[in-house]
This record gives sequence, C-alpha cells and structure tokens, in this order.
Amino acid sequence: MDLGPYTSFIATSYLAAALIVVLLIGWIAIDYRTQKARLRALEESGVVRRSGRAATTDIR
Amino acid sequence: MSLIDLANPTRFLALTARLLPWLALATVVLLAAGLYLSALAPDDYQQGATVKIMFIHVPNAWLSMFVWGVMSIASLGTLVWRHPLADVAAKSAAPIGASFTFLALLTGSLWGRPMWGTYWEWDARLTSVLILFLMYLGLMALWRAVEDPTRAARAAAVLTLVGAINLPIIKFSVDWWNTLHQPASVMRMGGPALDKSFLIPLLVMAIGFSFLFVTLHVAAMRNEILRRRVRSLQMLQARAYATSAPAGDASGQVVGAA
Repeated sequence: MDLGPYTSFIATSYLAAALIVVLLIGWIAIDYRTQKARLRALEESGVVRRSGRAATTDIR
Repeated sequence: MSLIDLANPTRFLALTARLLPWLALATVVLLAAGLYLSALAPDDYQQGATVKIMFIHVPNAWLSMFVWGVMSIASLGTLVWRHPLADVAAKSAAPIGASFTFLALLTGSLWGRPMWGTYWEWDARLTSVLILFLMYLGLMALWRAVEDPTRAARAAAVLTLVGAINLPIIKFSVDWWNTLHQPASVMRMGGPALDKSFLIPLLVMAIGFSFLFVTLHVAAMRNEILRRRVRSLQMLQARAYATSAPAGDASGQVVGAA
C-alpha cells in the first residue's frame, strides 16, 4: 500500500490511536486488579459486606 | 429483567461479567473489519492518501461529543432520578471521552498540516473541541478533588449539564462561523455527501469505535463500583478502629452494607 508523501502523518495518526486505546485498556485492566485485590484484602482482614454474608440484594 | 433491576450494582456486576467478553469480541471484529476496509479505500482525488486519517479522526470526533451526551444523560439521572449507577456512569465515561477528544484533536492536526498547511488554527471548530477537551480534564479533576462521591457527583453533574451547551456549538460551528474546517459531510440535510467507497469504511470504523466505548465504559463502571465498595469497607474498618469498641459480630467480623 503506497501512502505517498504523507505516509508519516497517516502512520502517526493510526499509531497514536492504537497507543491511546492500548493505554485505556491497560489502565482499566490494572484498575480492576487493584480494586479486586483491595477488596479481597479487606474481606480477609474480617471486614465483610452484609450482602457478602447472605447474598441477596445490595446497594453500594 | 427490568431497567430498575440494573440499578442494583450487584446485579449490574453479574450481568456485565457475562456481557463484557461478547462486547469485546464485537469490538475487535468491527475494528478489524473497519481497518481492512479503510486500507482498501481509494485515495481521494484532492487529498490523496491523507483521506485515510478521516477513518480515525471522524469516529473519535463523533465520540468525543457522544460521550459528553452520555454523561449529560447520566447527570440528569444523578440530579433528577438519583439513579444509583448514574454518577458511576458519568465518572467512568470522562477519561474515555477525554481520550477520544484528544485523539480527534491530534489526528485533526496531523490531517490539517498536509491539507491546510498548518497543525492548528484558532477557528471555531478547533477551539470549541479544545474547550471540550479541557472540560473533560476539569471534570476529572473535580471528581478527584472531592472525596465524598455523592457530593462530587452533584457538582460534576451540574458542570456536565452546563458544559453540554458546547455540543451544539461544536456541531454547528462550521455553519455559523468562517472556518478552515469543512462543513458536515455525513450527518447533514440531504444525506451524506461522501462516496460509498469512503462512507462504508467510515461507518464501520464509527460503529467499531462506538462498541469500543461501550466495552471500556462498562468495564470502567465495574471498576468504579468496586472502588466504592473498597471505600465503604475502609470507612467501616476505620470507624471500628476509632471507636475501639467490640465492633464485630460474634464471629469477629466487621460487617457493613458496602
């Protein structure tokens, strides 16, 4: 595929989009693991959600 | 399952855990198809191969406004209906919307340099989108500045609704003022002005990016719900330590509704 004299502009656009999307996915994945680990640590230390004992309905 | 059932964060987490893999799969397939069609699209007779930047730039520009629209509806949910997930939705959408807006500005600059001879021009369209980007950053800063999520949610909801005034300004800026930016060529009276060879890849990419937003937004909302549970449990734990009273039940656990 020949992109002509403006290859650098086109390639930079697509690479920037890919980079931002990867960063977003990475940030969300890391955040999920962090929150899960914190929740697990708290529950292991004896602090539990009421719904965690008798799972029915739950409001944050 | 009715909509009101989704107001329960636990049910939301359970439902989205099943939904997320399918959303992610649809996103990958749509974006792969969009990139393939974009690669096959012919060069424009005036712009040459730089027209390929359009397939990235336009979906991001659309989504930058769409995400603020989603946040505005969520803000109404916070202020009017006090929906439990409304401020979670608004807060989670802001960084994603900011990313799309940043990409719209960046790819617009990279498209503008070869076509207009400049990376940036302080005209109505570019300036109003820059203001949108700054509003996203301001909103994210506000969420971080106020520790109590409920108070932060109300302030952010008001700011979001005020900021929604910028959306029609962005949309119609190319009609109301003289600007380097071209007028609307897809969403306009009389139908799209684009040839099908450009329109089809553009729409597939736009749908792909929209699915990307929904996938990331749902995942970010799940994280926010977990973050609030952690916060509630930490507060419960701190209260138990502070009172130094027998704060647990018979099993020695500290129990809360977090």
